[in-house]
Formats: sequence, C-alpha cells, structure tokens
Amino acid sequence: MHEPQNMPGEDRAGKGRPGDDVILSVEDLAVHFPVGGSLLGRGRRLLRAVDGVDLELKRGECLGLVGESGSGKSTVALSLLGLLTPTRGRIVLDGQVVTSGPSGDRKALARIVQMVFQDPYASLNPRQTVRRTLEDPLRVHGVTAASEIEDRVATMLRHVGLRPEQSGRYPHEFSGGQRQRIGIARALILNPKIVICDEPVSALDVSIRAQIINLLLELKETLGLSYIMISHDLGVVEHMSDRVAVMYLGRIVEAGHWREIFERPAHPYTQTLIAAIPDPLRRAPLATTGGDLPNPLNPPSGCAFSPRCRYAEAVCRREPGPSLETRADGHAVRCWRADEIAGQAERGLALTEGGHL
Amino acid sequence: MTGSPLIEVEDLRIDLNHGSSRVAAVEGVSFRIDRGETFGLVGESGCGKSITALALIGLLRPPLSISGGTIRFDGREIQSLSAARQRALRGNRIAMIFQEPMTALNPVSPVGRQIAEMFVLHKGKSWREADQLAVEALASVRVPAPERRVKDYPHQLSGGMRQRVMIAIALACGPDLLIADEPTTALDVTVQAEIIELMRNLCAERGTAVLMISHDLGLVANVCRRVAVMYAGRIVEERGSADIFRAPSHPYTQGLVNSLPRLGSRAALGRTRLTEIAGVVPAITDFPAGCRFNPRCAHATEICRTAAPETTWLGAGGLVRCHHHA
Repeated sequence: MHEPQNMPGEDRAGKGRPGDDVILSVEDLAVHFPVGGSLLGRGRRLLRAVDGVDLELKRGECLGLVGESGSGKSTVALSLLGLLTPTRGRIVLDGQVVTSGPSGDRKALARIVQMVFQDPYASLNPRQTVRRTLEDPLRVHGVTAASEIEDRVATMLRHVGLRPEQSGRYPHEFSGGQRQRIGIARALILNPKIVICDEPVSALDVSIRAQIINLLLELKETLGLSYIMISHDLGVVEHMSDRVAVMYLGRIVEAGHWREIFERPAHPYTQTLIAAIPDPLRRAPLATTGGDLPNPLNPPSGCAFSPRCRYAEAVCRREPGPSLETRADGHAVRCWRADEIAGQAERGLALTEGGHL
Repeated sequence: MTGSPLIEVEDLRIDLNHGSSRVAAVEGVSFRIDRGETFGLVGESGCGKSITALALIGLLRPPLSISGGTIRFDGREIQSLSAARQRALRGNRIAMIFQEPMTALNPVSPVGRQIAEMFVLHKGKSWREADQLAVEALASVRVPAPERRVKDYPHQLSGGMRQRVMIAIALACGPDLLIADEPTTALDVTVQAEIIELMRNLCAERGTAVLMISHDLGLVANVCRRVAVMYAGRIVEERGSADIFRAPSHPYTQGLVNSLPRLGSRAALGRTRLTEIAGVVPAITDFPAGCRFNPRCAHATEICRTAAPETTWLGAGGLVRCHHHA
C-alpha cells in the first residue's frame, strides 16, 4: 500500500523549521512491515507497527513514551535513529529533514540522536575495554588527536560517575549499574542533542535504579540534553517526564503535560494503565481490561482500544476510528467519548469519596 | 489455625558448594505461612529468595544444597521424605509458577496435554478423563474457547495466555500452597493486572496459600498480607504489608521504599531527588561480615561491621534485624 519513499530534498526548506525551541518534530510517521505471502507478494499482509504518529520534543524537555509491548514505541525510536526507513512521514531533527536524505546520513544523525539501551549486559561488547567502547565513536566521527580522545573519554567517564582509571577494564568487571553508566557514556560521547532512553533502568537491580535515574536527570541539566524516555514503569515516567505520549497499537492515543496525563487521564486506555499499577498501601483489585493487545495484523475496526474498553459503544467500532483531538490546553486525546467519560469519572469519584465519609 | 502452620521454615541454610569450599547463599531464614495466607518474599537478584523457594519443593540441585535448618510442610519435615514422596507432593499439594512461561512450558506438547498430565500423575485419572478436565481447567483461568485452545502449542499463545496455562497446571490438583516466582515480571502492566487478579481470585476461592516471590515490593505489598524482605541471604525485616510501606524499619527496606518514584508522589511533593542506596549488591562469595548491609548503610557503626544483628520483635508479629532499627 505505502511504498517506502524518500521525500525530495527541496522539502528541507519547507515547514521543517517550526519554533526554534523545537528540536525534534515527527509528522505522520508510519512504519509498515510486509508479513508473509508468497515470493511474488501474493497473500502478503501489512503490519502497521507505527501508523501516523506526530510528536514534538522541545529543547531541554523529557518526553515520556509509554505503551505496552507491541504498541510501536521502539519502532518510533529506531526510526528516529535512522535504523528503520519509515513508510511515510517526516522527521525533522534540529531543523533538518532527516527522512529525505540518503541513508548514508546515519553518521550525521548519530551526532544528534543517541540511544541508551535497556540491558547493559547485552548492549556492551564484552571484548572491548571501556576506553575502546568510548573511543570508537569519536574515531568514526573524525576525532583523531590522541590527546583529545583521551580527554573526552576521561571527561565523559567523570560525568557518568566512573573514574578515568577504570577505562582499561572490560564490561564484566563492572556491576550492572556501572555498566549502564558506561552505556550512558557511550551515548553521550559525541555530544548528541537528543538521547532516547529505552527502558534504561528496568534491567537493573531495584536498589540501583535511583542512582541511574538521578544521573540521567543531572546529565540532562548539565549537558542541556533532550530526552525521549521509553518505559513501561509509569512511576519512572511520571518522575522524569515533562510531557507524556501514550501509544496503543501504533498510534498515539493521548498526549499532554505529565500532570494532565497522570492526574486527569482522558483516554480509557491511559486510565487503565494507571489503574493497573499495584498500590502498595491498598490491597485493592487492579484494573483489568479483558484480554491482551489485539493482533496488529488484524486490528479491530474503529477505535483500536474498543474491544478492551469498558466504555465502548457501537459508535466506537465504526470506521474511521477517532482522530487525535488537541484541546486548548494542549492535551490531546483520541477517543470519541472522552468528554462523557471524564464527566462519569468525576461523578464516580464524588460518589466514592462521599461513600467513605 | 495459628497452631498449625501450613509451611514452617526454621533456620534454613543453603550452601553453594564449589570444590571443597562452601559459602552460605541463604542463612538463618525462618518464616511460616498459614493455610490460605498470602506471604511475600522480596529482594534483589542474588538475595536467595528463589533458591529458598526451590528448597521448599525439594528442587535444589548441586552446587546448591540444604546444609541446615528444617522445612516442615503440614507438620512433616520435607527433607526426611523419600524422593518419590517429595515428587508426590510437588505439583499436587505444593505447586509453582515461574517467571518466563515460555521456558517453563514444554514447547513440543500441546498445552492441554501438559495440564492433563497433572490429573494422570497425581489423581490417577485416565488420559480421556484428564483431557476433559484440562478443558475445564483452562476455562477456569478464563482462556477463551478452551476446547480449541487445549490443542495449541505454547508458541501459539501470547505471554499472558501462557501464564494462564501455567496457573491452570499449578492449580490443577488443588494444591495447598502455590509458589509464584516473579509470575508477572515478563508481562506488560495490563496483563500483569489480569494475571494477578486471576491468581488472587482463584486462590481465595480455593483457600490456596500463596508464597509470592518478587523484586517488586509494591506489587507484593498489594497482593500479600505479610512480607519478608531478604538481603544477601538473610531476612532483614518481616512485617504486615501495609506497615512495611508506611513505616519501614530496616535501612535497606527504607531505601527500597524511598528510592523508587511512586505514582503520584511528584504531583504531591514535586520532583525531589530520589534517595539512592549507595554501592552495589554484594556477590554470594563476597558477603560482608556483621550486618551484610553495613557497607551500603548510612547508619552503620562499628558493631554493624562485626556482629550480625539479632532479631528484634516489633508489634503485630513483625520483626527486624538491625542494630539501629527505626
């Protein structure tokens, strides 16, 4: 249906320069994968991993991206890194339309966007010393003077709370938390502007997570970074994010200021996600949705969340599904019945509060 | 009912044997679980929580072995039972579900068969009867279209569905105790909620006691009535689950409770720097002397470096092991 396409370069001057404080904008991003079918493509189906995503990241901001596995968050991340070619849409990074360039632009891209991976045991080369891991990107990007390389490696190690003397060691000589510090140093060594943190603490011991979260927030301030924070841990997302976007089956279903999302979630899916978090102080039942994420090869008609939504009515199953409507306060919701549901929720809350008195 | 606990662990020690050297991976662990009770064991990787569970069902294998203490199930000491008697207990009266349902299920056998096997092995049913019971068991864990799903292989099911199958297998024979080792760690939060609710409801209906093992103190406190926190092979605090969150007594528990951003805390208090627990989790071969938490503890004094703290009893059956507990 949609062939992978490269947009013509003249688009570069177009509307690719929104306000100067916007460092990344994603417009109508779609990534579709052909699945199955015969050699000639008969019977081939299209998996719409990401289907029409708009995002904006401001300088110095942390944007939380949440959703279940299969919602498309990592596909968005890989597109931003230039590791996947989008089927359609535009990505504007620091004023440059990166979706239009030849694929060789990975190097230019790497100087702007970098990634911290989930598992610091799997994402570091076990045969390379820390120094080598940090030097290689510098060499690839044309830094050749030995003294400069040494300086930058030492400075970066100090930034992430390691000692320059430790740079001769191999990954296995470090603990999980220290390894994640190395992963962060590797992401930052080229002085990128944007760092995508993909579940940066979920593989770490619980007692180590606070160290890494604090470090990431400090580095964001001292180095003037912007973050895209991908996580399923809503506590971590709430703590770190300025704005939050919630994805469901390849689309954004809700986006807004962190306080709006967590205190007044408008989409039933966001409400469910928040209510599914166990409250340690109350042995109360967790909110359930009835069923798993639907098969993305065969998405439900109408609103993609309707089969799991307790508010769903006939209108929700009708095509086309709801579009993402942005309210005056910047809070965007993709739900036909968001206003009605908000009304119901407020009444419900008033009732339960009354009941306790 | 307090007179006869379902399971009683006393002064359990588990050694890790390496050549002629032995180190204690678990030491001085005692707890009891009453019939129908929910009990949580919380700690980080390497703290000994999972091997404690394996010891309960007699599944410790070299280089790990029980070298001290007793485990009594329903009044009988498990270690004294023959291998055959232990096997008859496992799956029948004590059942276990694991973190990763994909590796815990047999990939080359239809899930219905894996459930039916329980009825054949432990209840003396014929395969024909057992296959029918498997359909019912699958229905009880709310798998849609169970009569068709029994023929599916594990890879044809989603992670949540696989964990439901695991629960169906575990609860097939109506066990007295269900051990759940990180049952939802591999799952998304919404699926986690489904699985937890399913487990909670089925166990409450059938009066099954639950021993839940997890690194997630919040989840365990939500599910269990009592919680024990393990650190480096020892239980450092055991409390009612609400108490442990409201007023943690051990510095390690305090660290765990305060170091994680909790939903709603930023809205209430603003973004504060998270309290860090300094240092790293010690390796089994490298447990410090005295209180094992002392190198990471802000309150540590000389005595913490030399003497292991004794048990201090708190109210409501709670206990803490710390020289300077709150």
